[in-house]
Amino acid sequence: MSQSVTPAASGLNTSVADLPSPGTKEFIQETVALTRRLFIQLQRRPTTLVAGVIQPLMWLILFGALFQNVPSGLFGDSQNYGQFLGSGIIVFTAFAGALNAGLPVMFDREFGFLNRLLVAPLASRFSIVIASALFIATMSLVQTTAIVALSAFLGAGLPGPAGLLLMTFIVLTLVFGVTALSLGLAFALPGHIELLAVIFITNLPLLFASTALVPLSFMPSWLQVVASLNPLSYAIEPIRYIYLHSDWSFGSTVMAAPFGDISLGLAVALLVTFSAAALATIRPLISRRIG
Amino acid sequence: MSTAVLVENLKKSYGDVEAVKDVSFNIEQGEIFGLLGPNGAGKTTTIRCLCTLATPGSGRLEIGGISVLDSPRRARQLLGYIAQEVAPDKVLTGLEMMELQAAIYHLPKAQTQSRIGQMLDLLEINDIADKKTGTYSGGQLKRLDLAAGLLHQPAVLVLDEPTVGLDIESRSAVWKFLRQLQSEGTTILLTSHYLEEVDALAGRVAIIDKGKVISTGTPAALKAEVGGDRITLRIREFTTEAEAEKARSLLADLPLVQDVIINSAQGNSLNLVVDKGGDALSAVQTALKGANLPTFGIAQSQPSLDDVYLAATGRTLMDAEMAAVGTRDLKKERKQSMK
Repeated sequence: MSQSVTPAASGLNTSVADLPSPGTKEFIQETVALTRRLFIQLQRRPTTLVAGVIQPLMWLILFGALFQNVPSGLFGDSQNYGQFLGSGIIVFTAFAGALNAGLPVMFDREFGFLNRLLVAPLASRFSIVIASALFIATMSLVQTTAIVALSAFLGAGLPGPAGLLLMTFIVLTLVFGVTALSLGLAFALPGHIELLAVIFITNLPLLFASTALVPLSFMPSWLQVVASLNPLSYAIEPIRYIYLHSDWSFGSTVMAAPFGDISLGLAVALLVTFSAAALATIRPLISRRIG
Repeated sequence: MSTAVLVENLKKSYGDVEAVKDVSFNIEQGEIFGLLGPNGAGKTTTIRCLCTLATPGSGRLEIGGISVLDSPRRARQLLGYIAQEVAPDKVLTGLEMMELQAAIYHLPKAQTQSRIGQMLDLLEINDIADKKTGTYSGGQLKRLDLAAGLLHQPAVLVLDEPTVGLDIESRSAVWKFLRQLQSEGTTILLTSHYLEEVDALAGRVAIIDKGKVISTGTPAALKAEVGGDRITLRIREFTTEAEAEKARSLLADLPLVQDVIINSAQGNSLNLVVDKGGDALSAVQTALKGANLPTFGIAQSQPSLDDVYLAATGRTLMDAEMAAVGTRDLKKERKQSMK
């Protein structure tokens, strides 16, 4: 132990103005490092990814088989239930993954790892949020690719490049919004038990009260209203439309909500609004808790 | 010498519990300063406020003249914080933990690897740097944590109970390392409920009890202030209460003896405060012989830091520790530390 550890004791004599003020470069540096950590974890514990890909494929196969014998025509323009279900599974899988995004952060809080980040001079503590969102977004894209591939194999067809691009945009928009909400909860709730409870009571009800499994026309009118207010429907219906209509445009009507027809463009705009609102909502919460 | 750390009239409550009622101290640049007190005295809360992990109810906190409350990010740049419990990411290797630490303190990329290598060498953990931290021993984790905490060359290093749970070898390695840091100019604030740790390391000490600082000074000055010498007497290995009481009344009347306390936690041994200089030891022995009481062990010493604590609070640190263990709600405290 002969090397020198500390620089100059003069470190303390610097005035406030002399200390470097972190900017964009520092924000990127910390965000990249925090994201890298999540990917190293995934690489060493690939079970999450494997299960995350297998689960939606099983949904697609088993749920698709369950309603296989439903007379054609019942599910709108879809030729069969499997084709109808694909878009629902894509969105629900992305949603469920994003909803769980807060759990690792909650465990970091509980194990004290988060303190390590909180005593550091982070350029912005939003780097913690962005890192999680980037990680979840990547996971979702891998899952989506698997579902799209299996759907195509099962005969649901494949949208064109523009359609696939818009699908990606829709999935990512939903993922960012829901990830933000989940992280907000991870900072606001007392512990992982409470967070898990919220995840459990949100997850399946939002699935059933959306157009993932059946079209609006199938539902009693009160549920139609609920499903038409559910952000998931605004991600599912555009994707479903893109799947069935190669001639889609932003003006195409994708959903006949009880309060009026929703065009593809409007659905996507509302989804973007939802995600932006989610980010705006958690901003003060995260600043207060950790800012 | 200028002031490196200033804590003035710090108050912090969690709900109805006043964790810190009134804590003030200042630390000179290059000094090792010890916060000594039993568990639950408010040491960790004080440190959490100083390190921007908790917002104080009121009070002034400064690092190198920078207000911690007004410029928390500036304060974080100057601070290195080593928590009591090391919280590594068990899946990452030591090296990866260091790289993460370097990035969140914005070390320039060009310097990162050489700086990490230097710290790993210094803490002698180079050979395990590529192993996952989940496989590290407690001592190795502490070394890694020290290496990480010092990566950005903080001017002030804050350590919460740096050697709790460490084996003797690791403990002395940490002590040696902290002394080296100090000799190179780092200001160090450490909390401890180990008397010998504070006595061995700290230039100055603040004794803290029930959320208040009750005494501040060098260990030597605090001990001198208490005055007198101490005699510890065991009549038998395990003395009965009646016999201890009999000896107490006998010895309390001796002219050189100022005070006699029966320590029931130590087999009813007797702790005597006696005048310095006089031959109290033989006076006590003669008196015991005269009353036909045996002697299992007897020893005279100068006052210790524990005696300082006893004089200030009316109880020994160990008693306070035992009492604290019974009344603390550890689960609740863990929750608080998450806020």
